[in-house]
Amino acid sequence: MGTYVLKRIITIVPIFLLATLLTFGMINLSPVDPAEAYFAAAHIQATDEMLEQKRHEFGLDQPLFIQYVNSLIKVGQFDFGISYVTNKPVWQEISARLPATIQLTIGSLLIAILVSVPIGFLAGIKKNSGMDHLSRFLSFIGASIPSFWLGYLLIFFFSVKLDLLPVEGIGTWKHLVLPSVTLAFPLIALYTRLLRASVLENLQESYVLFARTRGVHEKIIMGKHVLRIAISPMITGLGMNLGNLMTGAIIVEAVFSWPGFGRFFIEAVFNRDVPVIQGYVLLAAGIFLTSNLLVDLIQMYIDPRISRRGRQYR
Amino acid sequence: MSLLQVKQVNFSYNSKRLFKGNDQTTNILNEISFSIEEGTCLGLIGTSGAGKSTLGKVILGIQRPQQGQVLFQGHDIYNLNKATQQKIRRDLQVVFQDSYSAVNPRMTAERIISEPLENFERLSVGEKRRRVIELLERVGLSERDLKKYPHQFSGGQLQRINIARAIALKPKLIVLDESVSSLDMVTQSLILKLLSELKDDFGLSYLFITHDIKAAFSISDQIGVLEKGELIELYDSKDQFFSSKHPIVKRLRDSILAEHPRFRTLTTKVKLG
Repeated sequence: MGTYVLKRIITIVPIFLLATLLTFGMINLSPVDPAEAYFAAAHIQATDEMLEQKRHEFGLDQPLFIQYVNSLIKVGQFDFGISYVTNKPVWQEISARLPATIQLTIGSLLIAILVSVPIGFLAGIKKNSGMDHLSRFLSFIGASIPSFWLGYLLIFFFSVKLDLLPVEGIGTWKHLVLPSVTLAFPLIALYTRLLRASVLENLQESYVLFARTRGVHEKIIMGKHVLRIAISPMITGLGMNLGNLMTGAIIVEAVFSWPGFGRFFIEAVFNRDVPVIQGYVLLAAGIFLTSNLLVDLIQMYIDPRISRRGRQYR
Repeated sequence: MSLLQVKQVNFSYNSKRLFKGNDQTTNILNEISFSIEEGTCLGLIGTSGAGKSTLGKVILGIQRPQQGQVLFQGHDIYNLNKATQQKIRRDLQVVFQDSYSAVNPRMTAERIISEPLENFERLSVGEKRRRVIELLERVGLSERDLKKYPHQFSGGQLQRINIARAIALKPKLIVLDESVSSLDMVTQSLILKLLSELKDDFGLSYLFITHDIKAAFSISDQIGVLEKGELIELYDSKDQFFSSKHPIVKRLRDSILAEHPRFRTLTTKVKLG
């Protein structure tokens, strides 16, 4: 088991290197000249000499390979360069927005899990019951409502009409409720369906029938045999969504004026702020790799066959 | 009172036909009646498709028969309240033919065997482990196998784990549905010996469903022959079985190979060359 974990961690390194290579390549392929972008962001009318000097400063006159190695070394030191717009280090900008992003991610995932696990599970156990129909209805709604509309609806009812929660911004836990619910809604729709389907599938397994025959309590059958395994596709989904949420929920952040990654990145794209874009893409790669690793480790805990050698039956 | 009484059980499958007229009914079991006394073993033999496994399922309460009754310790198992059901389930255990589908592939041998103990008894962790090891050793496995998963066992080893799980609670009746058919000769005789020991020690009863006539004889006190859903005859001894004049019993008897080729008598002469 230890070797499996180690193997999985080591395989992350080449994938991350590939990501850095791709980012570097794409930025070099794009028609944007970083020196021009720099002066444009600072609203300076640049002469050819100034451009030439900036290019030298950025190391753009060096061979591509040297440039790549230099950028790698810098990334290794968590130095993503300096933003053209704010003139602050990119890492500083990112870490300033990190708490807000993490808050929103945790909030929405927590709501999604707390709501979808009981609903999906009950819907699976009692197929075609009231709970099942409710879950189906919720899923259709959740999957079809666009998040900006849902966000404004929630603001309208809970902030304007009922005056229960703040309209926008960040601060107390009350500020977190509406954006989290908005983000969690489509996730709830997805997870209840995933969970229901896999509960139904696992109930069909013959060892469940046999366990009933042997007189095993229904509670044990459900808890130890069915739920534990049924949750596995949902965890895969969670891993994917964790990456998406951590890299910024652009629309929801805009609706609720949430100071997270998403808006920061969109602005950087419009300003052609090359170091920020580069730093953001690498960060996203890192987050996705880590969340996938996490999911794999959880899956391994749930289904020990993954890490065990031996004959695979079936 | 007998431990298990099966009274005039009829079971049939109804295959619904959408376009072709009437529904078709296939009779699987026809007016089956027998009983098993405490501490005895009934061997049920028959060719494949005779309805042996269906009968096993009817007795276990998985498949409700259209007619007839199954009484276990005097209770109709298709008409029980929760408390008696719990008690009966404890005393009525089963080992199926397919060992892999009977276990959760994500559990270790230790958890598989300790599940019935957790379910019906309150034991300390150490006591539970001691019991599990004891059971593993009884079926010829060892402490080293505790932490293995089902896919790390062979079919025969896993079947022994299933048997260990079934005897863990010292039930009154175990339904053995082709349980030893998948084992090699050595393990088979080991398990059969273990089963008869348990029978003598704790007064266990078995319903031993098999197509293996020799295995059936080595453990059973009574032999029943099932053919096309009907219980043809019940024999109390080996001699009765071998002196029976019934044509189907004759055919079954002839299929047993003699110990030595010299004693083999072929009913149909095989032409060589």
